Amino acid sequence: MSAATGNPSSAISQRSATSKTLDTGFILLTRIFAAGVGILLLWIAIIVGIQAIPAIQTFGLGFITSSTWNPVKDIYGAWPHVYGTLVSASIALLLALPVGVGVALFLSEDFLPARIQNILVFVLELLAAIPSVVYGFWGIVVLIPTMRYVGGLLNRTLGWLPLFALPPGQTEVTGPGMHVAGVVLAIMILPIIAAISRDALISVAPELRQAALGLGATRWETILKIMLPAASSGIVGGTMLALGRALGETMAVTMVIGNAKAASTSVLLPASTIASLLANEFAEADGLQLSSLMYTALILFGLTLLVNVLAEVIVRRFRQI
Amino acid sequence: MSSDTKSSSPTETVLKTENASVYYGNFRALQGISLDIPKQQITALIGPSGCGKSTLLRCYNRLNDLVKGFRVEGKISYHGQDLYAPEIDPVELRRRIGMVFQKPNPFPKSIYDNIAFGPRLVGYKGDMDDLVERSLKQSALWDEVKDKLKQNGAALSGGQQQRLCIARAIAVQPDVILMDEPCSALDPISTLRIEDLLQELKQHYTIIIVTHNMQQASRVSDMTAFFNVEMTEKGGRVGHLVEYSETQRIFQSPTEKSTQEYVSGRFG
Ligand SMILES: Nc1ncnc2c1ncn2[C@@H]1O[C@H](COP(=O)(O)OP(=O)(O)OP(=O)(O)O)[C@@H](O)[C@H]1O
Ligand SMILES: [Mg+2]
Repeated sequence: MSAATGNPSSAISQRSATSKTLDTGFILLTRIFAAGVGILLLWIAIIVGIQAIPAIQTFGLGFITSSTWNPVKDIYGAWPHVYGTLVSASIALLLALPVGVGVALFLSEDFLPARIQNILVFVLELLAAIPSVVYGFWGIVVLIPTMRYVGGLLNRTLGWLPLFALPPGQTEVTGPGMHVAGVVLAIMILPIIAAISRDALISVAPELRQAALGLGATRWETILKIMLPAASSGIVGGTMLALGRALGETMAVTMVIGNAKAASTSVLLPASTIASLLANEFAEADGLQLSSLMYTALILFGLTLLVNVLAEVIVRRFRQI
Repeated sequence: MSSDTKSSSPTETVLKTENASVYYGNFRALQGISLDIPKQQITALIGPSGCGKSTLLRCYNRLNDLVKGFRVEGKISYHGQDLYAPEIDPVELRRRIGMVFQKPNPFPKSIYDNIAFGPRLVGYKGDMDDLVERSLKQSALWDEVKDKLKQNGAALSGGQQQRLCIARAIAVQPDVILMDEPCSALDPISTLRIEDLLQELKQHYTIIIVTHNMQQASRVSDMTAFFNVEMTEKGGRVGHLVEYSETQRIFQSPTEKSTQEYVSGRFG
C-alpha cells in the first residue's frame, strides 16, 4: 500500500484528516448520548425527590414502616404497599425462576428438532412482548376463577400456615388477591428469565461441555455441574432484570391484586403494591397525599436501584466460578 | 494402502479398528480404516487438514455420538469389545478413555476443582488432596501451582492450562489418553515440556496424539499413521489411511510416495 506514495507520512496525515474529525465527532456524539441517559435518570430522581420533600419532612423514615393511609386525616404510611410490592415480587420470582431456568435448559439442549426449537424460542420472545394490560385482562378472566379454586385448596390443606390462612368467618377465597398478582407477575417475567437464561446457556463455550463429557460426565451431570454454573452470571442477571420488572409492574397488578389498604400475612387476601397505589390514587391526589405518593415512588425507585446494583455485584462475583 | 503391522514389539492391542468408515449424515469423512493401537505406546496420527484425524480420535471415546447424523461402519474394538455395541455405555467408556483437546479448556473453576471433577463423578473415596497432588505432579504442573490451588484454572497461562487439562484427564486414571493437537496453541517451551511429559505418561497410559508438527510426531511417537484425503468418483473428499508403521520407518523409509512427500514437507 505504501509503495504507491513516495512519502508514507504524508499519506497517513492525509487519510486521518477526514477520518479523525469523523472519529472525534462520533466519540463526542456517543458521549453526549451516554451522558444524556445519566442526566435523564438523575433528573427524574430529582423531580420525584423534590415533590416528595413535604412528605419526607412530615413522616421521616417512619413512613416506610407505618401502616396508616388516611387521606381524610392526611396521615400516610407506606408499609402495606412496600410489603405488597416485596411479597408479590417474591412469589413471582419463586414460581418463575425454576420454571424459567427449566425452559431455558430445555430450549438450549438438543432435546427437540432444531426447527421446533426455533419456533418455541420465537414464541417465548413473543410472550415477553405482550402488553401488561393484556396480561391483566387475562388474569381477571382466567386466573382469578382458577386461583379461587387453587387458593381454596391451599387454604384447606395448608390453612394452618398464616401464609394461607383466611380471616375468621371467611371460608371462601374471594376473587382478586396477592396470590393472583404473584402468579400473573410470574407469568409475565417467565419469558424474560427463560430467554436470557437460554442465551447465557447457549453461549457457554462448547469446549466445556466436551471436556465434561470427555471425562465421563452424563448429560445431566454436565448440565448441573458445568453448564449452569458457567451460565450463572447470565441467569442471575436475567433474574434480577425480571425482579425489577415485577417490582415496578403496574397495570396487570392493579387489575388483579384487589387494592386493599392493609397488609395481611395471608397471600390469599387482597393486597396492594406501591405501583398499584400510585395508579389508583395519583389522578385525584394533591398536597401532602401527592407528596406521600411521590415518597412511595422514591422508595420503589430505591428498591429497583438496589436490585440492579445487587445484580451487578452478583454477576461480577459469579463470572469466575 | 499398506498397513504394515510388523509387530516388532509384542505388546497387546488396546484399540483395534477394522475396515471402519465414518459418516456425518451423507458425508463420508473416513473410509476403510484399519489400524491397531498398541498398549502403552504413543501413536501419532498425521495428515493434511480435513483428512479425518480428529474424527477418528473422537470415534475412540464416542464423543462423536453427540453429532447428529454421525455413524460408524466397520468395527472398532477396545480390548476386544465392540465399542459401538449397544451394551457399551459411552459414559463409562469415556472414563476409561480420556481426552485432551486442541484448545486448552479448563473449567471456570479452581485448579483443585478442575482436577477433582472427574474423580467426584465416580464418587472417588480416596484422599482427594493426594489425588490432586499426584495428578498435578504427573503432568509437571505441581511446582507452579501448589500454592494457588484455589485460583481459577482459566487464569493460568495457555501452556499451564493445557497441562492442567492433562492432569484433569489422568486424575480419573484412564487407560487411554487421546490428544488432539495438544500443543498447537502453545509456545515451543511449553510444547517441549508436554512432549517430555508424554514420555513419562507412556509408562502408564496408551496415548494417541494428533499433530501437524512433523518434528513432534517423530520425536514423541512410537507408531505413526499417515492419513490423506482422496477424491471420490462423485467429487467428494474422503479421508483414508495411507500408511501405518513404526515412526522411524514412516519418517525414514516410507513405502508410499505421498507419505514421503508429506513428512518431508513437500506436500502439495
Ligand atoms: N461435526 C461434524 N459434522 C459434519 N462434518 C464434520 C464434522 N466434523 C468434521 N467434519 C468433516 O469431516 C472431515 C474430517 O474432519 P476432521 O476434523 O476429522 O479433520 P482433521 O483431520 O482433524 O483436520 P484438522 O487437521 O484440520 O483438525 C472434514 O471434511 C470435516 O468437514
Ligand atoms: Mg482436527
